[in-house]
Amino acid sequence: MRRILSLERAFSPWRRNGNWMPGPRLFTTAQPPPEKSHYGNLNDSDRIFTNLYGVHDPYLKGARRRGDWHRTKDLIHKGTDWIVEEIKKSGLRGRGGAGFPAGLKWSFMPKVSDGRPSYLVINADESEPGTCKDREIMRHDPHKLLEGCVIAGVGMRASAAYIYIRGEYVDERLSLEKARIEAYAAGLLGKNACGSGYDFDVHIHFGAGAYICGEETALLESLEGKQGKPRLKPPFPANTGLYGCPTTVTNVETVAVAPTILRRGPEWFAGFGRKNNSGTKLFCISGHVNKPCTVEEEMSISLKELLERHCGGVRGGWDNLLAVIPGGSSVALIPKSVCDDVLMDFDALKDVGSGLGTAAVIVMDKSTDIVDAIGRLAYFYKHESCGQCTPCREGTTWLWMMMERMKVGNAKLEEVDMLYELTKQIEGHTICALGDAAAWPVQGLIRHFRPELERRIKENADRELRCAGN
Amino acid sequence: MLARLASKRLLEIRQAFRQSPQTTRSLSTALNYHIDTPDNNPNVPWEFNEANKPKVKEILSHYPSNYKQSAVIPLLDLAQQQHGGWLPVSAMDAVAKVVEVAPIRVYEVATFYSMFNRAKVGKYHLLVCGTTPCMIRGSREIEDALLKHLGVKRNEVTKDGLFSVGEMECMGSCVNAPMITVADYSNGAEGYTYNYYEDLTPKRVVEIVEALKRGEKPPHGTQNPERINCGPAGGNTTLLGEPKPPPCRDLDAC
Repeated sequence: MRRILSLERAFSPWRRNGNWMPGPRLFTTAQPPPEKSHYGNLNDSDRIFTNLYGVHDPYLKGARRRGDWHRTKDLIHKGTDWIVEEIKKSGLRGRGGAGFPAGLKWSFMPKVSDGRPSYLVINADESEPGTCKDREIMRHDPHKLLEGCVIAGVGMRASAAYIYIRGEYVDERLSLEKARIEAYAAGLLGKNACGSGYDFDVHIHFGAGAYICGEETALLESLEGKQGKPRLKPPFPANTGLYGCPTTVTNVETVAVAPTILRRGPEWFAGFGRKNNSGTKLFCISGHVNKPCTVEEEMSISLKELLERHCGGVRGGWDNLLAVIPGGSSVALIPKSVCDDVLMDFDALKDVGSGLGTAAVIVMDKSTDIVDAIGRLAYFYKHESCGQCTPCREGTTWLWMMMERMKVGNAKLEEVDMLYELTKQIEGHTICALGDAAAWPVQGLIRHFRPELERRIKENADRELRCAGN
Repeated sequence: MLARLASKRLLEIRQAFRQSPQTTRSLSTALNYHIDTPDNNPNVPWEFNEANKPKVKEILSHYPSNYKQSAVIPLLDLAQQQHGGWLPVSAMDAVAKVVEVAPIRVYEVATFYSMFNRAKVGKYHLLVCGTTPCMIRGSREIEDALLKHLGVKRNEVTKDGLFSVGEMECMGSCVNAPMITVADYSNGAEGYTYNYYEDLTPKRVVEIVEALKRGEKPPHGTQNPERINCGPAGGNTTLLGEPKPPPCRDLDAC
């Protein structure tokens, strides 16, 4: 999840200077006109997760009726290179946070085994605040995930898959376990999976409540029965991962959409969304909308349309909007002025200094104490820091303590800059991207709501002056 | 020898000041040290019961035989269920024996993950999600209502031993915020459930607690009658018809 966020950082050096304006846009003036000018309002027939709301039978019988496990054997027989090539053609970008091209990632696995087995590890440790999409896949469409495991497993020459579910998802684990047993009984998994002659095992493992285990190397550590503390890279997991063997860690949604892409064709998938941001995506909209929900929509749908079409709009009308965190807690918030016309995809949100992340939209209306809301996120990161790197362990605590003071304005004006400097000292100075993830929300707050912070400080100073005068 | 005596004495003094160690949590996680008490010390015998032994075997079967350590988290979880919701140090030792590692490797894990309780909790352990998406939808009111109704502080067990209230970070049910989880440890590993109660109001959460007190099992999931799971209130906007299998291209031709 956050592993790739650090990659994103590498792609955007302009962000580090605090210079938000043009960035990569400068170079895109000569783009051909897009074929589509409007995105969104997906047809039900183009939705991949057709049992998202659990109205129908989630298990094998119902899943087969929805088209899962259809000609999986033929897909497997098409071979590794074909699968990777088709996924590359579809333009699928990882759904776990950073949007690294999935086909490319799968192709990093060694082509010839040196005797070690290869593993596929599914990251179902969904704990990014705001995100709850994988949960719906696992409890209502578990066979999509299991079939995806086989396809992705073949695509990366893996012999087994481990699905790492967060410990809190007990019900989700039980329904996935039930689906797994069904699939084994039907000969879809295990020896000679789907009758293809390929042996593939799927195991389900679970954590016990640690956000950091969503980071891929921490997840592997946790899977090996240790504390979830990220490993230094290199060596990358594709070289030395689980049990010292080549491993690829991917998000649930990325894997679960793969069989449908292969069956319907990469062109179909690439036909949605803007260039380089193709496909459909599960959006989780929480916070101050009239009807929060999870919904599958086309990439590049505009934020306003997403909220108004599916969520009944912002509580109290669009003008009552204060800010939106568009991609889970680890990205910077965007104020209403940006929300008016921003598109929900990787590149558009990157251009406005935020990110699509996991497409978890947290909406905040004008009744929100924005400093408190971001301060609570600072507490979250303080709580979830694994304690391995000093800048993160100490820095997240400092961030939270400063945010607590900022909440009531118990600070000096120059401490706003000090807070910003502190986030810069954490960012990029840690093994994994949790430090960055902790820094970005606070940076976003300072960037867009500095007057609010200063107002609180001034008001508090006035109050103290008055008290002293009396 | 002298040093050991001194440290022992120091521990006794510390214990005297602290009536029940580990029931109060400093800042975020439970205290990371262990202090022997009559019901939690390495000499208390502990092992997996007969009903759970096949489960232990099943868990171990998923990992390579030379990497048994992988099973630590599932085994600790099972031990916690068997022991009524918390992990005494002797249970950790038992797990270490099963996976054939030094006990410290298991202690490390048990102290790192927030779902392992190393102090007693209520039979129903109520966990309120307090992270921002729930917070802005009113999770603080939910927690206040719970604490007030039960008359306890956070991480304190009620006098009848039935309930305890804790706070968790984001539990991944954000579109159904605010929510709580009820971990039911009243019937060992067989009756263990970990149910989400979503779309709560302060009034509804008190009703749920009362129902649990009466021994009922209130229906879990969303408590908003207008919603289907994570769908929007008042009826879904998508996926209204019977789902059809998606078209499949001619695979032999490509």
